[in-house]
Amino acid sequence: MTAARFVGQRLPRREDARLLTGSGAYVDDVVRPGMLHAAFVRSDVARGRIVAVDTTAALALPGVVAVLTAADLNGLTHDVWVDYLGPGVDPTPFRVLADGDVRFVGDPIAIVVAESRYLAEDGCALVEVEIEAEQAVVDMDVAVAAGAPLVHPELDSNVAVRVPAADDPELDAIFASAAHVVTETFTQHRHVCSPMETRGLVSEWDPWRGELVVWLSTQGPHGARGFLARALGVPENRVRVIMGDVGGGFGQKMFMVPEELAVVLAGKHLGRPLKWIEDRRENLMAGLHARDDRVTLSVAVDAEGHILGIRGELLENLGSFAAPGSASGMFVGMVMPGPYRIPRFGFSSRSVYTNTCGRGAYRGPWMMETLAREQMMDVVAAAVGLDPLELRRRNVLTAADLPYTTATGLGYEDVTTAETLEQAAAMLGYADLRAEQERARVDGRLLGIGLALYVEPSALSMGSLSSEAARVSVSVNGQVQAVMSSASHGQSVETTVAQVVADELGIDVGDVTVLQGDTAATPYGGGTGGSRSAVQVSGAARDAAQQLRAKMIEIAAEALEAAPGDLEIVDGAVSVAGAPGSSIAVAEIARIAYTQPERLPPGTDMGLEAQARFRPSAPFTWSTSCHACLCEVDPVTGAVEIKRYVVSEDCGVMINPMVVEGQIAGGVVQGIGGMLYEHMAYDADGTPLSTTFVDYLLPTAAEVPTIEYGHIETPASTNPGGYRGMGEGGAIGSPPAVVNAVCDALRVRITEQPLSPAVVAGAIARRNAT
Amino acid sequence: MPESDLSLTVNGAPRAGRVEDRRTLADFLREDCRLTGTHLGCEHGVCGACTVLLDGDAVRSCLMFAVQADGAQVTTVEGLGGAGGELSPVQEAFRAEHGLQCGFCTPGFVVSVTAFLRDHPDPSDAEIRDGLSGNLCRCTGYQGIVAAVKRAAQVES
Repeated sequence: MTAARFVGQRLPRREDARLLTGSGAYVDDVVRPGMLHAAFVRSDVARGRIVAVDTTAALALPGVVAVLTAADLNGLTHDVWVDYLGPGVDPTPFRVLADGDVRFVGDPIAIVVAESRYLAEDGCALVEVEIEAEQAVVDMDVAVAAGAPLVHPELDSNVAVRVPAADDPELDAIFASAAHVVTETFTQHRHVCSPMETRGLVSEWDPWRGELVVWLSTQGPHGARGFLARALGVPENRVRVIMGDVGGGFGQKMFMVPEELAVVLAGKHLGRPLKWIEDRRENLMAGLHARDDRVTLSVAVDAEGHILGIRGELLENLGSFAAPGSASGMFVGMVMPGPYRIPRFGFSSRSVYTNTCGRGAYRGPWMMETLAREQMMDVVAAAVGLDPLELRRRNVLTAADLPYTTATGLGYEDVTTAETLEQAAAMLGYADLRAEQERARVDGRLLGIGLALYVEPSALSMGSLSSEAARVSVSVNGQVQAVMSSASHGQSVETTVAQVVADELGIDVGDVTVLQGDTAATPYGGGTGGSRSAVQVSGAARDAAQQLRAKMIEIAAEALEAAPGDLEIVDGAVSVAGAPGSSIAVAEIARIAYTQPERLPPGTDMGLEAQARFRPSAPFTWSTSCHACLCEVDPVTGAVEIKRYVVSEDCGVMINPMVVEGQIAGGVVQGIGGMLYEHMAYDADGTPLSTTFVDYLLPTAAEVPTIEYGHIETPASTNPGGYRGMGEGGAIGSPPAVVNAVCDALRVRITEQPLSPAVVAGAIARRNAT
Repeated sequence: MPESDLSLTVNGAPRAGRVEDRRTLADFLREDCRLTGTHLGCEHGVCGACTVLLDGDAVRSCLMFAVQADGAQVTTVEGLGGAGGELSPVQEAFRAEHGLQCGFCTPGFVVSVTAFLRDHPDPSDAEIRDGLSGNLCRCTGYQGIVAAVKRAAQVES
């Protein structure tokens, strides 16, 4: 291969010009002839029996075309499952509209279709719904208590998934003889993805072609196509899903939700194109929630602070209609040992239903393992009388430990846990800050330092997420198009894939265009999530480009009467290495390939087109990070100011460091928001209390620090490019770093969030009272 | 639904018509004028994605009725760049500093920052962060956006 010229550069993004000028094409920008608009009537009680739904007044309103309920739509569905899990795996019921009962506030009861969105909402206000409210199951502990009402009456338990603790006499013996046993429980409150663009779709059924076309705000158009084909009982080759520009997802748009299927069914039923754009209240109330879990950890430690064993127990809230695969207990337990030498590990979990909005994925859906473990490291450090950095140093995996198999059976070959820990500590100036912290304390100022170390299971490669594909072609005029199986909703793939392809083909990055998002034109892909794109999508593009490169060299060798091994592609022309006088342009090679078969080498097929499907050589490609946070807490108001924030990250070979840092920063600030401001709160009756951005507080530019980055580039062995994913890591590491910093400032352990000024001030007051 | 006549200037071009009184300025711009760069992120005046210039002031077009803009000069993100398609200094700075990822909030930021820099040509860091605090971004962590405002201020000064 040629020397990297574009990979590794901070190349400005080719997506930007259109997005900066208002020329992007998001789903709400799609208009179709004769298009109608949908709005939903939703339950305002968390649990109850639907006594009556009266649509008479709504239907009488001029401009309202239809009001459809479960009786109209639910029977139109066939198989409902996603490729990610396969049929019959997910225990969570799926229904298009509420049928007979409602199970959370926001449960869709009817869809109103009208000539405009204004009229659809007018129609919703005229639908009269009578619900006999019942006692809702809001709290996880209530859900698992004996005799609790069933959230889903057709199931026999509120526990959806249970991972039982294994009998482990060896672990019991470790705990019985350890110098210290430290136990603590950590709770994470519920928060939400909040992409700036809500959900939305335009669905159009063409009865003459027998074809469904859906413009969808999604993370995975192919997953949506397969889902819709099965749900409607339509052949997959009669369904086309088009993903244009998408305004963020963060996990929320990985799978289709019942409302989206309702819109597709209603549009087909009515024979008209139909648009639904979720509003912010709907997104916050019913658009899938995240986090909301509790972990108890017990850690056995020797006299020198070496961890001997850990027991963990997880309880997580799935809400009612959780997205497929949202029970994360198995995964949490598997990755919890993380970056440390932990000889023995035991774990159990329960994922439980409640009468609240369903749980979905959110950037590192398993991250409770890091949030709990990294808080626990600080708790253990205090219990054994060590500094938190020193405790981590005594337990962190170092190069000498590798290759290493965790107590849960995961293999690490090339993680840089100790290196990132030391880089972050050095960048922060850890020792100096500890001294400054003491001086400040004398002056009544509360500074706190928080660390969080983790390994991220990036590039998740299992089931339908195992592989991604690319079709790369050089057209007759010599320009390159890369057609990708999975598409960007902010990840900059249009730019990074072009960088990879340009390097492999020896052409200018400006000569590569990247096409993505339309199932009619792209190969199957699992969707953009799980920090997969850098490894899998780039890997496929790289392989396809290499095939093309070999063919271009072959054709050039014939034309130049040279040996293929002597040729190189530089700046869009093939020449003999070291003798650039005799060369042939890529455009000329393309013309030969498509129009001059007589000039092809014997046996060479026409055309310059290659397709590759890439699967990493392991289910996980480990990325390593350490976050270090310095905060100051106002001792009177309890307000937290983050004064410095350092991330040391090893994501292997960086295709575009600017994009890497952008992904880290976005994740870090989501974690800061989650720990300090954001809270999807419910009252005791199951009514959500934060369904506007006035109540659900996202961080703004005024609240966030400048983030400092340290990069360690250890090429990954799972893919030829050496890339590692880093899409989710920022949001995994920052929550415990922030919490640890605040608790360090207070010298009080607070085990619940968000750390609002009131909570922090309360902790200070309690500490001062003792 | 009651309707009113409306006459205004959008991105320098006169426009007249009749709209429902309840129609928001954002919906008027997006649907009636087909200027879809103005985005709706919350429709309750917090996220700032729908920010446009109304007689030069940055306003949230989701919180205004179209009829309230009668007689006004409205500038949307589509009206900020050069006639030949070149990016404005603010747009160019966002590109150079990776001040956008998914791009949905971006038009609101670009419009807000354009007005902010006109009123604060040499802003301090604190002024920049305060000036940006009326717009929400969920992708960038604001790092590239803050850097873009600094860059644009330097370019313009």
